Amino acid sequence: MTTVEQNQELIKEVLEAYPEKAAKRRSKHLDVYEEGNSDCGVKSNKKSVPGVMTTRGCAYAGAKGVVWGPVKDMIHISHGPVGCGYYSWSGRRNYYIGTTGVDTFGTMQFTSDFQERDIVFGGDKKLAKLIDELEILFPLSQGTTIESECPIGLIGDDIEAVARKKAEETKKPVVPVRCEGFRGVSQSLGHHIANDTVRDWVLPKADEYRKLPEGFEPSPYDVNIIGDYNIGGDAWPSRMLLEAIGLRVISQFSGDGTFNETVMTPLAKLNLIHCYRSMNYICRHMEEKYGIGWLEYNFFGPSQIAKSLRKIAAQFDETIQENAERVIAQYQADMDAVIAQYRPRLEGKTVMMMVGGLRPRHVIPAFEDLGMKVIGTGYEFGHGDDYKRTADYVKDGTIIYDDVSGHEFEEFAKQLNPDLIAAGIKEKYVFQKMALPFRQMHSWDYSGPYHGYHGFAVFARDMDLAINNPTWSLIENPWQDK
Amino acid sequence: MTENTANNLTPPENLTPSVFADSEPGKIQDHFDLFQTDPYQEIFEYKRQFEGAHSKEEVARIAEWTKTWDYREKNFAREALTVNPAKACQPLGSLFVAAGFEGTLPYSHGSQGCVAYFRTHLTRNFKEPFQAVSSSMTEDAAVFGGLNNMVDGLANSYTLYKPKMIALCTTCMAEVIGDDLGAFIQTSKDKGSIPQDFPVPYAHTPSFVGSHITGYDNMLKGILDCLTKDKKQETTNGKYNFNLGFDPYIGNIRELKRILQLFEIDYTVLSDNADAFDSPNTGEFKMYNGLTKLEDAADSINAEGTFFFQKYTTPKTQEWIGKEWGQETYNFRPFGIRGTDEFLTKLSELTGKPVPQELVEERGRAVDAMTDSQAWIHGKRVALYGDPDHVFSLVNYLLELGAEPVHIVVTNSNPEFEEELQAVLDASPYGKDATIWGKKDLWHLRSLMFTEPVDLLIGNSYGKYLWRDTHTPLVRIGYPIFDRHHMHRYETLGYKGALNLHNWIVNTILDELDRQTIIPAKTDISFDLIR
Repeated sequence: MTTVEQNQELIKEVLEAYPEKAAKRRSKHLDVYEEGNSDCGVKSNKKSVPGVMTTRGCAYAGAKGVVWGPVKDMIHISHGPVGCGYYSWSGRRNYYIGTTGVDTFGTMQFTSDFQERDIVFGGDKKLAKLIDELEILFPLSQGTTIESECPIGLIGDDIEAVARKKAEETKKPVVPVRCEGFRGVSQSLGHHIANDTVRDWVLPKADEYRKLPEGFEPSPYDVNIIGDYNIGGDAWPSRMLLEAIGLRVISQFSGDGTFNETVMTPLAKLNLIHCYRSMNYICRHMEEKYGIGWLEYNFFGPSQIAKSLRKIAAQFDETIQENAERVIAQYQADMDAVIAQYRPRLEGKTVMMMVGGLRPRHVIPAFEDLGMKVIGTGYEFGHGDDYKRTADYVKDGTIIYDDVSGHEFEEFAKQLNPDLIAAGIKEKYVFQKMALPFRQMHSWDYSGPYHGYHGFAVFARDMDLAINNPTWSLIENPWQDK
Repeated sequence: MTENTANNLTPPENLTPSVFADSEPGKIQDHFDLFQTDPYQEIFEYKRQFEGAHSKEEVARIAEWTKTWDYREKNFAREALTVNPAKACQPLGSLFVAAGFEGTLPYSHGSQGCVAYFRTHLTRNFKEPFQAVSSSMTEDAAVFGGLNNMVDGLANSYTLYKPKMIALCTTCMAEVIGDDLGAFIQTSKDKGSIPQDFPVPYAHTPSFVGSHITGYDNMLKGILDCLTKDKKQETTNGKYNFNLGFDPYIGNIRELKRILQLFEIDYTVLSDNADAFDSPNTGEFKMYNGLTKLEDAADSINAEGTFFFQKYTTPKTQEWIGKEWGQETYNFRPFGIRGTDEFLTKLSELTGKPVPQELVEERGRAVDAMTDSQAWIHGKRVALYGDPDHVFSLVNYLLELGAEPVHIVVTNSNPEFEEELQAVLDASPYGKDATIWGKKDLWHLRSLMFTEPVDLLIGNSYGKYLWRDTHTPLVRIGYPIFDRHHMHRYETLGYKGALNLHNWIVNTILDELDRQTIIPAKTDISFDLIR
C-alpha cells in the first residue's frame, strides 16, 4: 500500500469509534493529500460536532484574544461575566513595550463582571459608567474596545449606542465588537467581526484620529505589517528585516501595535500580511477602498524568508531588490551555522502539527530546512482558502485533519508515531504522557521569537531540545514487562 | 544608542545583526536576550514615532500619580469597572470537582469556547492534560435552544470516550436562553444517546452568579444528588467523607489520606482529583484519573459524617447534606499548627484513639522550623488575596507566625466570611492593622500597596504584576500558578503543609534580602552568608 492508501485506511479506522451521524460529519474533515492536487480535500469552517472534544475557541477569543487584544494602548473590555476575560488574561504572549497600567494595558483584564441584575435589566448603563471610570483611572489610554461575551447578544443590549455616545464624550475611539462566543463556528468569525469593526468604526475616522510623526512625508516604501501578533516578539525581527531591505514599516497591526498605528495603515503603499486567516478581511477592504495592495509572506525558516523577501522586494524598485539580496546573503553564514548545528540531530524526524491561523502550512518549510518531515497537519479553524494554500506546502501522503477531535488526534499519533507533535496547550500533556515530544505552536512554548532569521535560530534550538530531551528515555521503568 | 527622541525619522543603522550573541560565538539569543540588544532597543525607539505615544515625561507623571492617595480614592470610587479580578466563573469549579470522580467526563453545555478556556486554564496550572467536552452551541441553538446539541453531544462523548459518568454544567449562554437540563438529559436518554441508567449529574452554573467556588459547590451537590439517590441505608457504613473544596494543592489530598490512614479511619474523599492533576508518566495516556469511586460516592450518604475544609466554597452542599442526608457536617481548616491541632483533636475524639505519635513529632518539627525562622517573619506586613477559604487559612497561619496581615483582598467575598475572619483578626495582636477588602480586585490592591506598603505579597501568578510595580516580593500560593512549576504537587495541609508554607514564605524573604544587597561596594555590606 502507498502512504496515501495506508493513511486513508487509518482515517476509516479512526472514524469507526464514532456514532454513525458523527462519523459521517467528521469523515468530510479528514483526508490524505495526494501529490498534484490543488486542494487538501477536506471540508472546513463548519460547526464542530458536539461532544467530540474540539480544540476550538469562540468568536470572543478571535476578536479580543487575537485581533484587538494586542493593540497595546487601548483598553479592551471583556463585556459580560468575569470568566472570558479571566481565562484569556495574559494568555497569548503578545509582547509589547510600554508602562502597563499607565500608557499600555496588554497584560491587564478589564471586565464589566456581569451579575444577575445586569442580565435582567441590561448592561448598557453599567457599560457607560465603566467607560467613564476608565477615563478617570487610565487617562492615557487611546481608546476602548468593547468585546461582547455571550449574554450581551442574547439580552438585547445596544453597545453600539453606548459606544457612539462615549466616543463623542471622550473624543477617543470606542469600538463595539459583537463577538459573542456563540456566533459562528470558531474563533475565526471573531477575527472577521473584529476586522469589520476596524473597517466600520476606525478607518472612516482615520484622518481625524491620526497623529502623524513630526516631519512625516509619505514614502513609496511605506508598508504595514498586518496579522503578526508579536507572540514572543515575532513582529520585531520581521519589522527589522523589512526595514533592512529599505522599507518603512508605518504600522504594526496588531502585535505591539497602537491605535495610532491602526489609523496610519491607510497611508501605506502595501499591506504585508502574515496571518492571512485572521486579517485578510481588512486587507481586502483596504485594497478596495484605498487601492492598497496586499501580499502574504512567510518568515518561518531561511528558505521561506528568502522567498518572501524576494517576493516583497519585487513589488518595489531595484534598490529594494538589491537590498533584499544583500540581506539574504548577509544571513547565509548564520543560517548555515544554525543548520549545521541542528540538522544532523533532527534529520528525518517526523512531525504532526495542529494549530490555527497560518502555522499549519507556514511552519512546514522551517521544519524542512532542518531536515524534518511533516506527516500530518490541520487547522483548528481554517477555511477552504487555507487548505488550498496548504496544498502548496504539503507532500504526498500527508494526513490532513480539520478541527481534529481529541480522539482523532490521539489515534493518528498512536498509529503514525511521529517524533514531534506541534500543537496547543490542551494537547501538550496528552502527548507527553504518551512519551511523544511536543512543542506548543501557539505560544512557542514560552520561547520565541520564531519569525525571521533570529527566530529560526530559536526555533531550531527548541525543536532539538524537545526531541533530543534525555527525560524521554527515563519513562520506561526497568521492571516493566517488555 | 540612538538619541532618545520621539521624532527620529531615520531607522537605526544596524538592521542585520547576527543571530548569535556578540559576547559568545554560537550562542542563540531568544526573547530574553535578543530584545535587550542595541539593534532591537534602537528599533523600539524608532517605532515610537508611529505609535502616537504620549511623551515619556507624561507617562512618568501619570505613573507616579497612580501611586498616590488621590488615585487610590478615585480607584476605590469605581462602581462599574472591574480590573484584574481574583476570581473566575462557575464552570471552572464544576470541571475541577468533576475530575475527581472515577471515569468522569466533565461536559459543559453551551458555547464551545468556554471549554477551551477551562481546559487551558487548568492545564496551565497543573501541567497535566484536562479533558472535557462541550455541546458546541451556536446561533441556531441560541434561537431554538440547545436540545439537539445535547442529544448529539451526549451520544458522541459517551460512545467516543466511554466515561462512567458525565458531569454536566452550563455556560452563561445556556443559562440566558434557559435550557432545561433535567428535561434535556432525559430526552437524550429517551433518544438513546446514553443508557437510561447512565449517571449524568448536572448543575446550573451561570457565570454571572458567584464565582468558580460557587460552581464547585453546585456541581458537587449535583453529583452527590445523582449518585446517592435511593442509596440511603438503615445503618451507617462507619465511614467519614472528606471534601477539600477548590484546593489546587493536590498534595493536600494525599496528605489527608495519610493522616486518615494513621488514624485508621475509613474514609471517602469526595472528589479525589489528586491523580487527575498529577498522574505519573508511564508512556501511556490515561484519560480518566478521578480516584473517588462512584460506588463510594453513592455510599457517602450512609457515612457517619462529612468533613469540609472550605466552608465558603460549599454552603449549598453542606446545607443539603444536613437536610437531605440527615448527616453531621464538620468544618475544619487543617492548615497551620492550630488549625491542624483542632482537626486532629476531632479525629481523635471520633475514633477514641490518641493522635498518632508520628503526627505529634511532625507537629514538633514544624513548630521547631517556625521558631528557627521567626525573626525573619515576625512583624512583617503582608498583603494577600484569593478565595475566602484559602485566605482564611493563610491568615490563621500568618498570625501564628507573628506576621501581620494588612491588606486582605477577596474578590469573591461574602459577608459571613468577612465577619468570621474579622473576629479572628480582632482576637490576635497581629491582626489589628488588617482590613478585609471584600469584592475588591487586584487593581484596588495595587493602590493599597502603593499607599500603605507591605513587606510581602501572597497570591497567585497574577501577583507578579504587583511585584513588578510595587517591588513587593511575591510568595506564590494560590490558583493559578502559571509561572512556577510543580507548586501544586506539594501539600499545604497539616503539619507537613505548614512546613511547606513556611519554607516558601521565609525563603522568599531571604531571597529578596539577597536581591536587595547584591550591589558590590554599595549594598553588599549586608550580603550575609549566614542568615
